[in-house]
Amino acid sequence: MVKNKIIIREEFCMGCRLCEIYCITQHSKTKDIIRTYKGKEQKPLSAIYVEESGHISFAIQCRHCEDAPCLEACLTGAMYRDEKTQAVLCNKEKCVGCWMCVMVCPFGVIKIDPENKRIASKCDLCTGSNFPACVENCPNEAIILVDENGEKIEK
Amino acid sequence: MKSRYVIVGNSVAGINCIEGIREFDREGTIIVFSDEEILNYSRPLISYYLAGRLNEDALSFRDKRFYERNNINLFTGTSVRKIDIRTKIVYTDKGKYEFDYLFIGTGGKPIMPTISGIDKIKEGIFTFTKLSDAKKIKSFIEKEKIQEAVILGGGLIGLKCAEALLERKISIKIIELADRILPNTFDHLASEIIENKLKEKGCEVIKKNTIEKVHARNSKLKEVILSDGRKIKTQILIVGIGVLPELKIVENTEILRNRGIIVNEHMQTNIPFIYAGGDVAEADEFISEKKVVIPIWPVAARMGKIAGANMAGENKKYDGMFAMNSVEFLGIPTISFGMTNPPDSENYQIIKKVDVEKSIYKKIVIRDNTIIGAIYLGNIERAGIITGLIKNRIDISSIKHLLSSDNFGLLVLPEAYRKHMVKGEGIEV
Repeated sequence: MVKNKIIIREEFCMGCRLCEIYCITQHSKTKDIIRTYKGKEQKPLSAIYVEESGHISFAIQCRHCEDAPCLEACLTGAMYRDEKTQAVLCNKEKCVGCWMCVMVCPFGVIKIDPENKRIASKCDLCTGSNFPACVENCPNEAIILVDENGEKIEK
Repeated sequence: MKSRYVIVGNSVAGINCIEGIREFDREGTIIVFSDEEILNYSRPLISYYLAGRLNEDALSFRDKRFYERNNINLFTGTSVRKIDIRTKIVYTDKGKYEFDYLFIGTGGKPIMPTISGIDKIKEGIFTFTKLSDAKKIKSFIEKEKIQEAVILGGGLIGLKCAEALLERKISIKIIELADRILPNTFDHLASEIIENKLKEKGCEVIKKNTIEKVHARNSKLKEVILSDGRKIKTQILIVGIGVLPELKIVENTEILRNRGIIVNEHMQTNIPFIYAGGDVAEADEFISEKKVVIPIWPVAARMGKIAGANMAGENKKYDGMFAMNSVEFLGIPTISFGMTNPPDSENYQIIKKVDVEKSIYKKIVIRDNTIIGAIYLGNIERAGIITGLIKNRIDISSIKHLLSSDNFGLLVLPEAYRKHMVKGEGIEV
């Protein structure tokens, strides 16, 4: 199996937050940037955190860890690994908002969705895409897809 | 030759043991024994069930397909009576089964205090750790149209029960032996914030007190008498003062136990082919470096997973076992880690940020420039980062002032750790 990876390169991040904007758009009902931001629908939460201070900035989302602590800490079995894509996903029907996942994630990248019944909200890798919205729309290669030799893969 | 695995207990430790084994051994046979009748359920969710927020089906945390996919022979409603270590056989009420590796994940049982008169009561006194307890309470309060209840114990069990009953519009009196609720999980301020919230909801909290005596009428509970002499009329008493390891199946065996079954960092007992994990096990705690029982979900999960992997021939260790809990009380999310209330001493440094009005509180406990405990109350966003800092014993001396800041995140962490976390392994796709 080819092991492509999405990696973060903080030295290239400009803190432009385009990843965040496109993540929100991608997870909105219309998937249309204007309607997402100017429409009446509640905007979804961004699944990517952009952190910025002075010259340093980076964007980080769920790492879909191989040995994911959120999977085993989940009280309800809502958190699961997708068999096909290997992404760690949260079944919104099962989640009760116990926040065990928030507690054990060392990256701190699982959010509490206040609108949606107070359940966990996280990156779904744009449902298993090799080019999630954040990767596709990063203008400076701060989030990229690489092959097993670390070479960047173009879409 | 295929390995034969037997797992006693089908809760979080047992289920993670299955996952641990199957990650490395697809061939071996796995038999799981559970004394519960249903497929499986998440014990912490019984308060959601009692509150009426979840139905019974929603309590299950692994579906039927999980057992099929992992090729598990699951015996529900089956008690294990005896383990014969010499012949490697477990005896159940239905038969005997040979094993090469055994996992004991029998969990805990509720602590019952000695209360005078308790033996004369047939109706009205309950514990609150199993689904059957929640069902009994539910049908009792419905049948008797209960409007007031007494709960003994202001810890996690007692408070989650109180919360569920409050949602059913039942007024509550909580009786706690210590001078505050949640004495083992929280510090004074955090306890106070939750206590005030409880009082707001009409719940009475009686501290530094316990129940000495109970009175019955026709074998039904009528009133409880506190150690200060106070009498409280009630038809229902729920005892939720804690759990003890369920050690029955290791009695009369040479498996070493103290408070719980003693395991090493591989979750192995003194008998090399017998492992244990979850609320029944006693293992090395990371901060005190002493052997303790930590009866909480994520610890049980980890223990089960590690044990399973090792039973399948791996050599994994449980590094960094410490108490941590995430519990919401009356709409206030809380997360606590490790030592939250250290003794008054120069060895500990505390960093705090409080907004009592908004029920927001953050506290970090530091020893030797590393974090050994924390409380997040009200706002728990990014709390998980603390787990990593504790486990990896990261020196936070340069960022102490930033630990309680509102924009606490990975960015404020020491550079080497930040880079390690951000760059990391990448996401495999």
